[in-house]
Order: sequence, then C-alpha cells, then structure tokens
Amino acid sequence: MTIPFNNPDRPNSYIGKTVPRPNAAKLVQGRGRYVDDIVLPRMLHVAFSRSTVAHAKIGTIDLEEAKAVKGVVRIFTGADLAEVCSPWVAVLAHLKGLKSPPQHPLAVDRACWVGEPVVAVVATTRAAAEEAASMVIVDFEELPAVTDTMTALDKDAPVIHPDLGDNLAFRRLHEAGDVDAAFETAHKVVSASFRTARHTGVTLEPRSILVDWNPAEGQMTAYHATQAPHMMQTVFAKHLDIPESRVRVICGDVGGSYGIKVHVYPDEVATAAMAKVMGRPIKFIADRLESYTTDIHARDHEIEAKIAVDADGKILAMDVDDWTGIGPYSVYPRTSAIEGNQVVNLCGGPYDFANYRAQTSVVFQNKTPTCQYRAVGHPIAVAITEGLVDMAAAAIGMDPVEIRRRNMYADDAYPATSPANMKFESLSHHASMDKLTEMMDYDALRADQTEARKQGKYRGIGIASFIELTNPSPFMYGIGGARISAQDGCTVRMDPDGSVVALSGVTEQGQGTEAMLSQVVAEGVGVDPSNVRVITGDTQVTPYGGGTWASRGAGIGGEAALQAARALRASILEVAAAMLQADAGRLDIRDGQVVDMDSGEERMPLAELGRIVYFRGDTLPKDLPRELVQTRHFITMEYPFAFTNGVQASYLEVDTDTGVVTLLKHWCVEDCGRVINPQLVDEQIRGGIVQGLGGALYEEIHYDEDGQLLNGSMADYLVPMAAEMPDMQVGHVETPTKESELGAKGAGEAGTAGAPAAVMNAINDALRPLGAQVTEMPFTPERILRALGKLQD
Amino acid sequence: MTEMFRDKVDVSLTVNGEPVEARVPAGQHMIDFLRLELGLTGAHASCEHGVCGACTIRVDDDAVRGCLMLAAQADGTEVWTIEGLTDTNAIRDLQEAFVVRNALQCGFCTPGMLVAAEELLSKGGTPSRAEIREHLSGNYCRCTGYEAIIDAVESVAQGRAGKGKA
Repeated sequence: MTIPFNNPDRPNSYIGKTVPRPNAAKLVQGRGRYVDDIVLPRMLHVAFSRSTVAHAKIGTIDLEEAKAVKGVVRIFTGADLAEVCSPWVAVLAHLKGLKSPPQHPLAVDRACWVGEPVVAVVATTRAAAEEAASMVIVDFEELPAVTDTMTALDKDAPVIHPDLGDNLAFRRLHEAGDVDAAFETAHKVVSASFRTARHTGVTLEPRSILVDWNPAEGQMTAYHATQAPHMMQTVFAKHLDIPESRVRVICGDVGGSYGIKVHVYPDEVATAAMAKVMGRPIKFIADRLESYTTDIHARDHEIEAKIAVDADGKILAMDVDDWTGIGPYSVYPRTSAIEGNQVVNLCGGPYDFANYRAQTSVVFQNKTPTCQYRAVGHPIAVAITEGLVDMAAAAIGMDPVEIRRRNMYADDAYPATSPANMKFESLSHHASMDKLTEMMDYDALRADQTEARKQGKYRGIGIASFIELTNPSPFMYGIGGARISAQDGCTVRMDPDGSVVALSGVTEQGQGTEAMLSQVVAEGVGVDPSNVRVITGDTQVTPYGGGTWASRGAGIGGEAALQAARALRASILEVAAAMLQADAGRLDIRDGQVVDMDSGEERMPLAELGRIVYFRGDTLPKDLPRELVQTRHFITMEYPFAFTNGVQASYLEVDTDTGVVTLLKHWCVEDCGRVINPQLVDEQIRGGIVQGLGGALYEEIHYDEDGQLLNGSMADYLVPMAAEMPDMQVGHVETPTKESELGAKGAGEAGTAGAPAAVMNAINDALRPLGAQVTEMPFTPERILRALGKLQD
Repeated sequence: MTEMFRDKVDVSLTVNGEPVEARVPAGQHMIDFLRLELGLTGAHASCEHGVCGACTIRVDDDAVRGCLMLAAQADGTEVWTIEGLTDTNAIRDLQEAFVVRNALQCGFCTPGMLVAAEELLSKGGTPSRAEIREHLSGNYCRCTGYEAIIDAVESVAQGRAGKGKA
C-alpha cells in the first residue's frame, strides 16, 4: 500500500505538516548536552602548541618549561603519536590525478600552515594545558611559503611537497560540444573575472571531542561534535588499530556544523590517540583562534569565464577557468578536490545549451586546508553562471528574467543530461521562476526601482537560478575508495506500551532531523509524532549510515525510516490480525489504535497488542512472527545525485557615497521534492540564504604574503548579524523524486547556493547606470567605491 | 601571598536565587565559573572575547557577557542563567515562542539570545522589528538567519502588551 500524499485528509497525515521539533524544548531551557558539557571521571584536557609560521622544518623541541607547569600530566610530539597512529592520505580514485602527502595527527618533520598542531599538552585543567602549551618552544627553521594560488605552479615557486613533484593537487578539464567555434560565431561574447573569498564556517560551538579509552574492555568511546559518527568510527578504528565494533562514537547535541564537522582533523585524531595511550578520558575544545586557523576553509576561487549568446539571448557556449588553493594537504577522507570538481559540474546548470568547457586547477599552498563547506562549489558556480547571464542580458538589452526563461530547461524536458554530464531526473525551473516573479511582484519592483532612481537612490534587483546537488549515491565518495556510507538505515521498534522508538544513522545538527524522522515514522506506523522517540548519533545503537552531509538526511535517512516504519506496521498488523481473527489487509493503524480500515472502527490499542506480545506471547499461535523491531536501509540507485532547483532574488540599495549595501528584501523559490515539514524547510532556506549573504557582503579570511592569518577572531572576520539581514520570503514547487516512496530531496544548501549571486547581480543592476561592476566577493564598501572610481590608491 | 596579589578570591553571590559562596581563581571568567564550578552549562563559551553573545547571562538586571566578566567581579551580585529563568517560568512565553516559531536550530546561541531578548522585552512596550534586530545584534546565530528569532520576540512583545491592556 502506498501513501496517498496528495490527500491531506488521509489518516496519520504527518508528512507535509509543520510539527514541533521534539528536541527544541530542551535547547531553549539550556538543557542541551554538547561535548563541552560532558565531564568524565579522571578526565584530562589537551591544548596544542601550533605552528606560528606558514612553512618550516621542525627543529629542536624544548619541553622543559612546559613540563614544569603545575597540572601537566604528559606531553606528546609528532614522533610520539606517529608510533601509535597511522598517517592518512586524502585521495579518491575517481578524481584522477589527485595527490596529497601522508598526514599525521601532529606535524612530524615539517609544519605546513599557521595553526598546524605540533605538540600536544595534556593536563588536569584546560587552563594548565593552555599555559603549558604556550611555553613549548619549537625551533621553526623557516622555509619559503607558497601563498598565492595563481603563481603556485610557476617554475620558480617553491614546491611544498618535493615528493609530489609540483604544487598541483588536481586538475580536471571537461569539454562538451565545439566551444571555440561557438564563441567565434556568436552574436555576443561577454567575459569576466570572478573571485570568491576564503571562508570558514564559524560554528558557534567550536570543534569538540572527548575520547575515553577503556583498556580493560578494549573499547574506545568518543563524544564528538560531528556530522558523520560512523565515518569517524571507521577512521578511529583504522588509524588507531581497533576493531570497528570496539569504537563507539556518540554525537549528542552539536552546536552548528555546516560541513565544518564532517572532516578528519589532526588534533581530534591526536586526542583519540592520546586517550588510548593514557587510558584516561581526554577532552579537546578548540578555542576561537584555533577555529579560524584549523577549521577547514573553503571557497577561495579565482575564475576567468566567458559566455556566448545569439541575438535572441540563447546561450551558445560557456568557458570557465577555475583556480583554487587548498592549503598543504587534501583533507581526509573527502578530499579537497571536490569543490573545484563541483564548479566544473555545476556551471551553467539551469540552462539547456550545448557547448561547455570548464577546467579547475587545484593547487597546494601554505594556508589552512580547505574542504567541503555548506553548498560545496555551488555559490561559486552560481555566481559565475548567473553573473555571466546577467552581463549577457545587459549586453543585448534583454531583461534578466526573460533571458533566463529563454534558456532554462523546459519543465517537461526531463530526464535530461547537462553539458557537464549531470543527470536531472525532474526539475522545475520555469514553474519556480513564475512563482518567484509573482511573489516578489517583479514589475512593481522594477517600477519602485525606477522611482527610487529619480530620487537619486541606486536600487537593484538580482536574480539567480540554480541547481543543488542532494541525496548523493556512492558516486560521490564510495567509488573513489572512501569508506563514507551513501546508504543509511533506520531501526523502528514498538515498546510494550505502544510507543515507538526510531534509531537512525543520520544525525541532528539543529536542522530538525529528529522532527523529520518522527513525522515520517509516525505516519509510516500510524501513531502520533509525540509517541515516536528518535535516537540519532550513537554508532553502538543506530544502523550504520553516512550521517548528515550533502543534504541527504531527509531524502536518504527519511526514506529508510519510512520503509522501516512501514515494515513495523506490517508486523503489528500481522499480530493484530491473528489476535482479532481478521484479515491484516483490512486493518490499519491510526493514532495508536488498530482500526478497521474501511470503517475506522477501533479494534485494539497498540498498548494491548504490546502487552500480549511482550508478556503473554504464550497466547499467540506458536508459528506467528512477532517481530516488533524492523530495520531497513535505503540507497539511491538510478541517479548519482538527486538534483534540486530553485531561484532567488535580492532587492537592495547601494549608497554610492559610502559603498554600503543595504539589503531590502530577499526571495527564494526552491523545489526540494516532497516537503516533509514546511517550517523546517523554510528555516533551512533562510539560514542558508544568510550564510550566502555573509559570503556576498562580509566574510573573507585574510592572509599576508608570508601566510600569516590576519583576522582570526569574530571581531575581525565578519559574519551576518541581526540588524543587517533582510526578511526573506520563501516559496516552494514540489517535484518529488521517484527514486523513493517519500520523494524528498535535500534542502539544506539551496539558500547558500544562490544568495551570493543574487546579491552580486542586484548590486550590478544598481550600479549599471554608473558604468560600474563588481565581481570580487565580498562586496565591501571599499570594493564598491573602487568600482565606482571614487576610491583610488 | 599578600592581600593585594592573592590569586584566589572569595565571592558571595546569588545564582538563580540560591546563595553561592566560593573561592575562585582570580583569572577565572564568569562563564567558566558557572559552567565548571556550578554545573550550569546552559550558557556557552564561543568566541571568548565578547563578540558573539553565546555566554550572555543576567547580572543585576543587565544582560552581561560571561566571557568578559571575571568570577571575582560577581561578589555581591544577583546572577540569573537560563536554568534559573526556566525553573521560575520567568521567560516561559519567550521560550514557547522560540519553539513554536522554530527560532533556533543548533541551540548553541539560544540561551544567550533569550537573555538578551528578555532584556529588551523587560523594558516594556512593543519594539519594532528594526529595534529587535538592533538589540540582538550582539548575539550571533549562524543557523537561522535571524528572521524566525525576530518573529518570535516580536510575537512575545505583542502578546505581553496585549495582556497588559486586558
């Protein structure tokens, strides 16, 4: 029996409704339990002495003063930990040519970025550990540093890892059609340089881990703020030589992730290694400077790109040359080539055109390693594509909405394969654009813009269509050899009182995973969501799964939960049918009661069925199955990824005297397939948009030419604050994926994907009458004044 | 150790309505005292230099950064944290509004955000959305994009104003 989702009056219709998050009440009461809230008996604290230079040979290490600090228990160097922890190499077989050197939990011979951990001090208090770490004296024999991306491959540039031959980590060229011929014969060619700044996630909870090793049981327990507990279980097991069954990763409340907490960090592995050596629990909580110098960075791209259009505005070709610097190591195990690879995969995404060339060059440098951060590659690809489309529209005098309508894949054109070879099951660009222009009242907004300009105000409207990659299959990591699960599982059981427990391999990072799962399981079984207790984030009890990344929680984890719930429902009804001497096919479960399907007449509460099964099983037929625990797994098979689509719009005002941008309003229409919980989806979109707005207007990690990070504090690295952010209107088109019964695709990254391009286009729309254009993010007052010619060095 | 240079300081204060006497390290921050010594883990340390507001607590009716105040400065003060404000139902309407509006995601900023919001609401009246945004500008939220928080605070302000008239 399939669920008639289109009938809102169906029984147990929890999927598609806003129901409260079961874990929100504890968080507003301060009863969350984050890693730093946990205290274990005999617990120690670790602080790290880190490299103060971008590139150096590690000379003598003087620990005498540090050892003398009261409370210090033990100090570890890179050589110490190399004996107990095997190094890792972050490459993937399907990213051909990707290379990276072995990386250790603490630097052994060389330090390669400012912030790389070199010495670990374990003490009875964090204060003592920090004090002693500051007294570690390392003789850094400085080596020349590579900091600039664009010159990293020059012949005279120092090679960071001589064994690798050069500083090229990865390069991929993709070509479809006859790009050169299309450009030669085009009506109009527009080219531009784009720059996206180096960002980091700025999770309010810093990276946190507490690891306990029980030598008597040979058991490791890691309380870890992570998105992927099973992946970390596998990593700890492999590199610390423990069977996976003896590594338990517990992921309780996590204070923000956004991709930052899905990677393997040397200091976290070091903490686990030291706990194993010492047989005592050790806690590591990054401080804010450590967050800036060691949380992964992202989005540091420089791009030259051009677009060719005909006189009707049809896109004939795109050519993109993308460069990014990823720091000295590819990050384990997802690698640091994915972001550039995504730029190649995603440019031109919404548009039906034939001739496409894109190359990404991924180089090593002596800065903090970069890796996947919310909307991996999307904000870059969308900025390139949508920036060029707007410039082309302006060049031929066409309205930005009209040029998009002329080029977007028709809503009935699916399945389709893009010139980047991305396979689209079913998208809704035109329906989304129609909804957006209606929501924002595009024509009225244009009139307002004209009116404002008469008063000397420079307002702009920016549109950005986009695609978003969600629900990844093993094509993302698994086929490259990474032990990262694309499959996910859920176990659903009925307890004796008729209440239900669901254990899922996807994790809660605040996005509402547990609410989503409670709704899906409630509908699948036939109980109220408040009667579903959801357990996530414990590798010892939940089915093995990938966790939370690439917007997969609802689409993959949700489907596994639905299938497990339906299986439990079938088991319950099989028992009920025997007890009631009825046909199981004529029974249903509604609001915790077994009922007659046709009449809705109540036949038996689940609590009574539970009582009989668990305590009076002797009264049931001997051969009757009574399995009130069911586990199901789900993996996508037909498409490598479930692409979603959407379109955003920004309305803003630029003060041409100060260069300050004021965001007036923002709109987003997106299509994540089946919406399970409208409120949670909308808030994912809004939160994502604001992270994108941060990238557009404020966020930029600065380094000097020696590789020193210059703005490692929240006072210096700006993120969006309440006063500057606009209200956001969110709308949906629903095109469920047919890969699953649930039909859900991901929604976590759409906001971040499109917002920067929408803002860029809006600023340039505002500045166009003045002949100014900006393409280098963030669009600071300084950059806008320079574009206006009002600021010159 | 002379009186002037002692590295431990005796403090006597009330925390969530209960008397607390302690000898604290002179350099210990208030947020660490609350979290480590009193087990009040509701307020969080995040930026540790007064920017993000995750450690916001109430000290003598003011919203204060727990990471910028020393425990030694708390002598004689009346301190309220999210735990006490919860137990006394002092901000129950605000907490319920946050849950209903989903004005929190990861929840790490939320206890500080609630204390800061209550500081504004306790002044009475119905602040505009711009005033709410301005007042909460010292409290970072990286998850929600703020709009839901503004909605929740606005609804509580309107609700309390309505009750006042009734």
